[in-house]
Amino acid sequence: MPWKNTDNKSEWVFRSREESLKRFLLFLAGLTVFLIASKFISDATMWPFVLDAPTQAMDFVTRMFPPDLAYTNRILPALWDTINLAVFGTVLAAVISVPIAVMAAQNTTPHRIVRGIALTIIVTSRSVNSLIWALIIVQVVGPGLFAGMLAIAVRGVGMISKLFYETIEEIDQEPIEAIKATGASKAQVFLYGYIPQLMPSFVGVSVYRWEINIRESTIIGIVGGGGIGFLLNSAINRLRWDQAIMVLITILITVFIAEWVSAKAREAVA
Amino acid sequence: MLEIIDLVKKYDSGPLALDGVNLKIEAGDIIALIGPSGAGKSTLVRCINRLVEPTSGKIMLNGVDISSLNKKELREARKNIGMIFQEYALVERLSVMENVLSGRLASVSFWQSLRRNFPQKYISEALSLLDRVGLGDYVDTRADQLSGGQRQRVGIARALLQKPDLLLLDEPTASLDPKTARQIMRLVVDLVQEKNISAIINIHEVKLAELFTKRIVGLREGRIVYDEEAAKLDTDALTLIYGEEDWESERPAEDESE
Amino acid sequence: MNSENQAVEERTWSKPKLIDSAFLRWTITFLVIIYIIFAVRSFEINVDRIIRGLDRAWEMLYAFLQPDFLARQSHIFQGVLESITMTVVATSLGILFAIPVTLGAAKNISPLPVYYFCRGILVVFRSLHVVILAILFVIMFGFGPFAGVLTMIINSIGFIGKLLSEDIENISDETLEAIRATGASWPQLIIYGVWPQVSSRFIGLSIYRADMTFRQSTVIGLVGAGGIGAVLDTAMGRYDFNTAAAILIVIIILVLIGEYVSSAIRRRLT
Repeated sequence: MPWKNTDNKSEWVFRSREESLKRFLLFLAGLTVFLIASKFISDATMWPFVLDAPTQAMDFVTRMFPPDLAYTNRILPALWDTINLAVFGTVLAAVISVPIAVMAAQNTTPHRIVRGIALTIIVTSRSVNSLIWALIIVQVVGPGLFAGMLAIAVRGVGMISKLFYETIEEIDQEPIEAIKATGASKAQVFLYGYIPQLMPSFVGVSVYRWEINIRESTIIGIVGGGGIGFLLNSAINRLRWDQAIMVLITILITVFIAEWVSAKAREAVA
Repeated sequence: MLEIIDLVKKYDSGPLALDGVNLKIEAGDIIALIGPSGAGKSTLVRCINRLVEPTSGKIMLNGVDISSLNKKELREARKNIGMIFQEYALVERLSVMENVLSGRLASVSFWQSLRRNFPQKYISEALSLLDRVGLGDYVDTRADQLSGGQRQRVGIARALLQKPDLLLLDEPTASLDPKTARQIMRLVVDLVQEKNISAIINIHEVKLAELFTKRIVGLREGRIVYDEEAAKLDTDALTLIYGEEDWESERPAEDESE
Repeated sequence: MNSENQAVEERTWSKPKLIDSAFLRWTITFLVIIYIIFAVRSFEINVDRIIRGLDRAWEMLYAFLQPDFLARQSHIFQGVLESITMTVVATSLGILFAIPVTLGAAKNISPLPVYYFCRGILVVFRSLHVVILAILFVIMFGFGPFAGVLTMIINSIGFIGKLLSEDIENISDETLEAIRATGASWPQLIIYGVWPQVSSRFIGLSIYRADMTFRQSTVIGLVGAGGIGAVLDTAMGRYDFNTAAAILIVIIILVLIGEYVSSAIRRRLT
């Protein structure tokens, strides 16, 4: 207890002296790390460009107006592609995730080694951003929507499988015992014991991932993954900011709608 | 019809859960299995249909040794053994009817169970069982909408749809209030007698055991220490099963102290 | 069989359908099929290109089995260091700037005009994807980590602000009333009424945010905002898959370490 003893009189203080000193030193250490890091960033920065920023910003903001409304007829097809990208990427990821999650969950895995492999797949998929996945996949299948879809799927597998195998591990074992006790086969136990318990989480996770994938698919075109991101990139490269702003607004609206749909859908299955 | 010979169960950690259990049950017998927590009641019941694998010993059901069956044979044997659980063990997200029909999974193919396409015979039986347990109006209600007593009734219907020779009940009333507990016990005993099924009821409350069964088996530290008619259960017997306690003053309110 | 049982025999049962109306059910099925048919057409899978790409896939797989950490050792090291320093600076400043916005965006402790203003900031910050933000900042501030740091500061504010302000809004009115009733000033209200209730969540979110920032710092390099992503982009561009593999492995390991440390600290705090 932080009581201070002076002349036989006890006085309550918020922190003891040692505690305050410890906190101060910790703060000092943190500050030092921060300053060193800042110095490093500062050295890597071309300051004249930074100071030039207001001019640059003014330049492209003025170029944004008036927005090129006619660009909509390029945007809408690209938006359609983008949404398909997210939908199919999610479905593919969800389908692949089922066996991986079953292999990764402690209570359903056929073997420890299989579990290790499944966990490695999950970790690899999760740790690499979908943009980086797209970069790699574009090299194999060529640029375009298909590459983007695969990248979205490959990245999605990690998250869906992880959340899904955690649900499998937390499953209620009693109903499963009960169904085993009726003499049901393994497949039937899976059908009646596991699937009803897992379905809500599986649907919820997939819908949530779809929402994230909508965001991801709007930018995957920047590295050649097709969709609306490709338009954004090309508009910016051509300095057509009046078109870029149209794309940006479209992306914002799409993301808002996706968020709303996802929230409603997850409410419904909960 | 059921004979358990020298049954031993040892878990990986800890002492022997069952230490040489011998028990014989005739067709139509209803026995209560009582004993302190950790005596091995649950393990014994679960060894009979091998939800728990016995370490050694024999479990002869109608002349077949269950402990030596392979997986396929075991499934066949389990068809004839119904089980009712403490926490009801229903699949919460399935409807009452689906839960009841799951008792017949072993008699239908995978595709039939996938499409919920059960033979009319089982559907009729399931519906009349649901009427019998008082849930005729809840056929398509999801199991998680039911109260504890109602859930246990579904559990009973599921077990009886199997048309079992033997019914295992693992603490069927421990999660219910006293009134519902009695109703459930009465229902089970009536149904079991009506259909001439043998039943082993692992039960916590001595009072319920005395009320509803004719034979009481006492288990202590993995051994059977008592096996008599229910009417003969006295304070000496309770001391033998549970240990020293002032049974006269405590009974029947607090008979489950450990 | 008595007559009552005979009557019972006639009763049938089938599982109730998810959607009652058969018309609606078939319409939905039909629409889904139509969607799939049209959507699949947008992918334009170029089989020829994929077959040619398969050679490259093997080449890549081969390279990934023998990653080359040494050839561009100094670049990888620089990139990693840049990612880490960007994370340190962006997280610290992000948290710092998030505090006022968070307080402003909590309805129960801020006046309405401030509330709407701060909510508005959060909505804008959150709806801009990091990569899009990074592109804009690279154009404004030039290539390099400065643009990246700014990107991630903005993203941090959006993230912490949204989640934490919701937590503050969940503090019971009674608690706040009790402190207001003692005649406490607004800063006192924050220190005694709000901070104790959200401090552990705040620290947890900050640590989680550091983890998230590091993940982002590995990818925004693809659009020129500094960090290891830029080095990866260069390696891929030169078809130097051995180095790319090495970088990917480094990224995966660092992300894993970050995640492990972050969750370990958060577990110790709660």
